Amino acid sequence: MLETDFTTENGSARLLDLMPIDDGGRSLRPMREVLRAIEGMEGTIEIEVRLDLQPDYARRHPRPRKRGRLGWAYVWGDEVLAVRSDIELRLEGDALVGTMVLGAGERRYLSLAYTRSDPAILPPLQQHAEERIADTIHWWREWAARCRYTGPYRDQVVRSVVTLKLLTYTLSGAIVAAPTTSLPEAIGKGRNWDYRYCWLRDAGLTTQALLATGYREEAMAFLGWMLHATRLSWPELQVMYDVFGRTRLDESELTHLAGYAGSRPVRIGNDAYRQRQLDIYGEVVTAAHAAFAGNGRLDSESARMLTGLGDVVCRQWHESDSSIWEVRGPLRHYTFSKVMCWAALDGLLKLHDDGAIALAPAKVEAFDRERAAIEQAIERRGFNATIGSYASVLDGDKVDASLLLMACIGYKDADDPRMRATYDRIHQRLGRNGLLYRYERFDGIDGVEGAFGICGFWAIDNLAKRGDLDAAERRFQHMLAHANDLGLYAEEIDIASGAALGNFPQAFTHVGLINAAVAIERARA
Amino acid sequence: MSHVYLVLWGLLATVAMTAVLRLSQGFGWSRLSLPLLVGTFLTGQRDRAVVWGYVLYVIGGWLFAFLYFLLFDSIGLHTWWFGALAGLVHGLFLLVCVLPLLPFLHPRMASEYHGVTARRQLEPPGFMAVNYGYGTPLTMLAAQAVYGAVLGGFVQLAG
Repeated sequence: MLETDFTTENGSARLLDLMPIDDGGRSLRPMREVLRAIEGMEGTIEIEVRLDLQPDYARRHPRPRKRGRLGWAYVWGDEVLAVRSDIELRLEGDALVGTMVLGAGERRYLSLAYTRSDPAILPPLQQHAEERIADTIHWWREWAARCRYTGPYRDQVVRSVVTLKLLTYTLSGAIVAAPTTSLPEAIGKGRNWDYRYCWLRDAGLTTQALLATGYREEAMAFLGWMLHATRLSWPELQVMYDVFGRTRLDESELTHLAGYAGSRPVRIGNDAYRQRQLDIYGEVVTAAHAAFAGNGRLDSESARMLTGLGDVVCRQWHESDSSIWEVRGPLRHYTFSKVMCWAALDGLLKLHDDGAIALAPAKVEAFDRERAAIEQAIERRGFNATIGSYASVLDGDKVDASLLLMACIGYKDADDPRMRATYDRIHQRLGRNGLLYRYERFDGIDGVEGAFGICGFWAIDNLAKRGDLDAAERRFQHMLAHANDLGLYAEEIDIASGAALGNFPQAFTHVGLINAAVAIERARA
Repeated sequence: MSHVYLVLWGLLATVAMTAVLRLSQGFGWSRLSLPLLVGTFLTGQRDRAVVWGYVLYVIGGWLFAFLYFLLFDSIGLHTWWFGALAGLVHGLFLLVCVLPLLPFLHPRMASEYHGVTARRQLEPPGFMAVNYGYGTPLTMLAAQAVYGAVLGGFVQLAG
């Protein structure tokens, strides 16, 4: 719920925005409603309402129809948006507009209820709207109170898990990377992507964050969706899926849209789904390990699926890929991808040791052998003695902030000399103003991107894990200073201005915040 | 012709009609959901309303088949095209008379008269049910015609 205060010379008003919580079909409430309540606080204030609906990315322009006492309706195809308000609305072109003077203590409502394929539900206003507001506040307070994190950053952690919950598609448990498309990573440039999809890349760390804060149900729903969605491509995994588990996410450009601050093109769909990322096998297995270890035996289907992923890793870890950063261009042997292949086999062997899955002896031997081979490759070719750091690619000399995750996922102790050296080199080459770029390579795409939010939190995780708590806390405070006034983060942060860049809010950044706060708390305990 | 078969054909015709209406929803031609409208007569719980609605709707369609058989017998015409014609007339009657009356009969349907209340929140169908999409009259007529044609066709085949 969002409260916004407006103040003028004559008075002030408070606007409350919310999406009333659905009661799971126990009543006729709309499944999708945006409800606004505006209340005069002092004096009088003139309110202007304007609704100019342009669905389907402004490719359709439905004209609202008046339905007498039932309000207004926008209808296009089999979709309907019912507009109800106790502020009188009139038609102006294709827009609905209304004005009124609101006095102190007066409250007015505006409701948009969307329905597809069924008769619309028309939500009542006044005291019934108040009931929906009260129910929604109650639901969120109860949900937030379940957060198990009790450290000094509880407000920020709760804000982050609430954000993850809001990015969850209720019907499947899938969590989208962000709810927006084409908010630019470089203002006025072409780094504009559609993030309204679920990346397997985020799976392990997201599950870890939800479990660490006590949201097991949400973690299991996410994992359940993941195991279900990936059946279509199993045993190979696709980089990303949509919330329904669909695998074709073809990218196109909306040339009729100007883009945010002139940042074109505006894209829908994301061709990154065609890429090959070997790290995702490790992400899925790591998520499963976090969720299932010590919780009895997995059902045979899930166990078979996970084991199949291990087989793919054994066959493919030698091959090149596009990396966790989905670099568009030639495939390379990214060190972090190898690390996550190691994590996949390590997680499967741990699940076997915990009794969650039962691997045949030959499989254990094969997984163990390949895990050792991957580790050998990483240590021999992934570590560059000349730069004193693990490198972005095998036999390379550039660094990459994803390498910080080697300590977070348990590949290497954060206190290990190689890990410490890597941390230092990454900060030397990628650090600016206490923030971190994700890599130092120019990726050939128009414009220079900002610092990567989650990488800053990975650094904090490293510091906490190696016991450098003061530094971890200082960096954490520094990162907190880059959230907006609501405690929300985009994917990136502009180094010079500190402004948010990219799609917003970004699940991955909030996952980083949660895991870093938990790491600090655990280190302190 | 055994009367037992009438029971079977009535059921099959109802299934065919329901399938046409559901396909119309699925393809986005209409938002009309008769099971939801019927089910919400009984309960305000959306999930249960749809289930109850389907059960009642199928039973209703099944029973209505006997009126069609009576009609066929009374005129002595047992053909698919006469069944389809009867279905079209039936559909027109539903569109023009029954559905517009629904807001005054349905306990959970909003209306110009009652407005929107805590109990009455369902969107009314409007004239010819066009509130649920301009394709609704056609899909409704098609569904009823299929219903009548299946009934008439079966009697024709069996006869």
